[in-house]
Amino acid sequence: MERSVNMERSYNKRQEAKPHIAEEWVGKIYTFICIAFLVITIFSMVYFVASKGLSTFIVNGVNAFDLITGVKWNPDIDIPQFGALPFIFGSFSTSILAAIIAAPLGFCAAVFIVELAPKFGRRFLQPVIELLAGIPSVVYGFVGLSVIVPLFRDLFPGQGIGIAAGALVLSVMILPTITTIATDALSELPAGLKEGSYALGATRWQTIYRVALPTTMPQQMTGIVLGIARAFGEALAVQMVIGNAPHIPHSLFESTSTLTSAITLSMGNTAMGSVQNNVLWSLALILMLMTFVFVFIIRFLEGRKKL
Amino acid sequence: MQANALSTKKLNVYYGEKHAVQDVSLDFAEKQVTALIGPSGCGKSTFLRSLNRMNDLIPSCRVTGDIWMKEHNINGSETDVVALRKHIGMVFQRPNPFHKSIYENIAFGPRYHGVKKKADLDNLVEESLRKAAIWDETKDRLHKSAFALSGGQQQRLCIARSVALKPDIILMDEPTSALDPISTSRVEDLISELKQDYSIVIVTHNMHQAARISDKTAFFLSGHVVEYDETDKLFMDPSQKQTSDYISGRFG
Amino acid sequence: MSAKTVDKIATGVIMCVAGFIIAVLLGLLGYILIRGVGHISWDFLTSAPESIRAGGGIGPQLFNSLFLLVLTLIITVPLGIGAGIYMSEYAKPSKLTSFIRLVVEVLSSFPSIIVGLFGLLVLVNKFGFGFSLFSGALALTIFNLPLMVRITEQGLRGVPPQQKEASFALGISKWKTIRSVLLPIATPVILSGTILAAGRIFGEAAALLFTAGMSSPRLDFTDWNPLDDRSPLNPFRPAETLAVHIWKINSEGLAPDAPQIAAGASAVLIIMVLVFNLGARALGRYMTNKFTAAK
Repeated sequence: MERSVNMERSYNKRQEAKPHIAEEWVGKIYTFICIAFLVITIFSMVYFVASKGLSTFIVNGVNAFDLITGVKWNPDIDIPQFGALPFIFGSFSTSILAAIIAAPLGFCAAVFIVELAPKFGRRFLQPVIELLAGIPSVVYGFVGLSVIVPLFRDLFPGQGIGIAAGALVLSVMILPTITTIATDALSELPAGLKEGSYALGATRWQTIYRVALPTTMPQQMTGIVLGIARAFGEALAVQMVIGNAPHIPHSLFESTSTLTSAITLSMGNTAMGSVQNNVLWSLALILMLMTFVFVFIIRFLEGRKKL
Repeated sequence: MQANALSTKKLNVYYGEKHAVQDVSLDFAEKQVTALIGPSGCGKSTFLRSLNRMNDLIPSCRVTGDIWMKEHNINGSETDVVALRKHIGMVFQRPNPFHKSIYENIAFGPRYHGVKKKADLDNLVEESLRKAAIWDETKDRLHKSAFALSGGQQQRLCIARSVALKPDIILMDEPTSALDPISTSRVEDLISELKQDYSIVIVTHNMHQAARISDKTAFFLSGHVVEYDETDKLFMDPSQKQTSDYISGRFG
Repeated sequence: MSAKTVDKIATGVIMCVAGFIIAVLLGLLGYILIRGVGHISWDFLTSAPESIRAGGGIGPQLFNSLFLLVLTLIITVPLGIGAGIYMSEYAKPSKLTSFIRLVVEVLSSFPSIIVGLFGLLVLVNKFGFGFSLFSGALALTIFNLPLMVRITEQGLRGVPPQQKEASFALGISKWKTIRSVLLPIATPVILSGTILAAGRIFGEAAALLFTAGMSSPRLDFTDWNPLDDRSPLNPFRPAETLAVHIWKINSEGLAPDAPQIAAGASAVLIIMVLVFNLGARALGRYMTNKFTAAK
């Protein structure tokens, strides 16, 4: 009885300070600090990489246009040349080629999981694909170096290293991303849509090809762009199999470089603040800007989702 | 004249643009069961959820008007809603026990509100389960998951959970709509017993239930209270035509 | 060609692709394990690497990887769960919230090498943590935070809203509700997600090259005082992890048995990742069973 008397007006805030009010603030402040840390981190990341990357042009006076379009990369001669086009070309060609290899495979795997054999697909194929996503990139690089490169050396003219080897390794690495998104898209498809097509006498493949694929196209593209983005930023696996020669190759089996491989290799060998070092930060800046472009494309595609 | 446990003065609830409850003024007597009836979407549940400020959880929802509990208007911004809900318990449409043991389901609230001693908690758990008429069924498995209970038992557990906080008022939002007839009648019996200690406001779409268990009944129609009277009077001799139409089953 | 024939051909092709993908994974795992497992021995797992002679091990690298994983999780989990709670429970739908969402999405698509470079610039140089486990752990934290936030949000979104209502109706504060009602229910999802993230942390190398460093000092495994330079537990010493080690011996290994060491180390790495993956899967299944059995 005494307790209830004490409680009489306890729901009126103005009375005394309540422990639970302090507690609410603990929660609010703690979670806010966590999210603030995340946001501040990304902003400082953009700021620092951008300011370092831009100093090549501002402090060292390198022409930005020359950097992007130049094909000669000779950082250590008397009048150094910083043409980064070979790296940009290498990054784009490996990642797009990887997507060209992985996209049909991923789509087929998704069709298998959703339409053909859902039981076996969900129990075996899906875990297998998720496992592929878990394998570290250095292991991919190692396998690429010890299996794919020698194989290509035997089959094709050249050393085996190059865009083809890089793209092949990357295609396996991005296969899980593409497959997962394609699978989600196909399984979200309303049953009525497919049934309608079957009711008209269409075969399974016609249904997939004429109904499922066009309807889920934006999501399929999202998966592919995400895959390209991942391939574009991948560093070590590519670096191990691409050869690292700083020029635009004449064939798929000739040594070349990507933005990430150039950064990885040279960052440790150049002095902080030198023009040779700063220009690597410019490459990183290009990499970062491309990330923004990819995120922007993905946002755009998600906005066009038809379901 | 009996004291009022709670009374509303010109209470309005808006969901975005929708005016869900319009100028409702009701007095809820102490230690009585008040039933709110009406067709689906008439605003009775929305009104009920305003009484313990549960509508605060819905961002688009706005509640204006007064809710008087003793001499306090609890619909003001200065009200500490967390403390308020300790005094106004709530039982929901579907039984929603916590993913915890039966014992923890009951002890969770009181422990948070300051009952720390194990012996006190043990007593409180037993007392609450007894009050909710579920002690005999649960005393041997207090530390098993509450999800092992049947739907009707879960709902009585949820009532016990509110009772454990010794609230002044218990709000019930169609508490038997998800239960089978036998469980329903047990919960109805329970409500009739609980009114010795608590003031109860119950929303129901079942007119017979309202007639069986309530002392007063309010009939809601599209956000308004059409009629509010002694339950017997309202069902036997309604003063409004809409009420008689509804209780004779002509719509709703 | 009739529609039926096309359908049959397409079905056949899709079957082949599915088989091919499984074959690729099995081939990949088989290759690494067959080439590498033979090289794994107690001595290999515990002894220090040799730079020029044959017979080096991966002891310090393995220890570094595990220690770095622990350090990273200690920082990542509370931060990630906190930020996830904010996004799922506190953030009101507004322009600011969708902006934060965009920021998290951008961070999650940043290449790990960029995170590593940021670590080099800010953690290693500006804050003066040097090439150290601590810098590495922070870089990996930044790299994994978006994932952790997403996992937490996913876990919390899976909690039935009635649970929250029930708790609020008892006059329980929001923060207590989150901690004692919502988080326990979300735990299976968060835990298996965290284990998967752990696998990712364990195998990550690009973010560590320029933060945790590419070398390891001679460690004295009898000295467990975290403040000593040669103590394995000192978080401010450089630490080459297993994944970084694999990369380094592949690109500049001088020891005659470098390919074998790389294979052995890859096998160890793969086995660890497999353990993490299967562990997360098993745990997820166990927890789901426990919950559904209780219903």
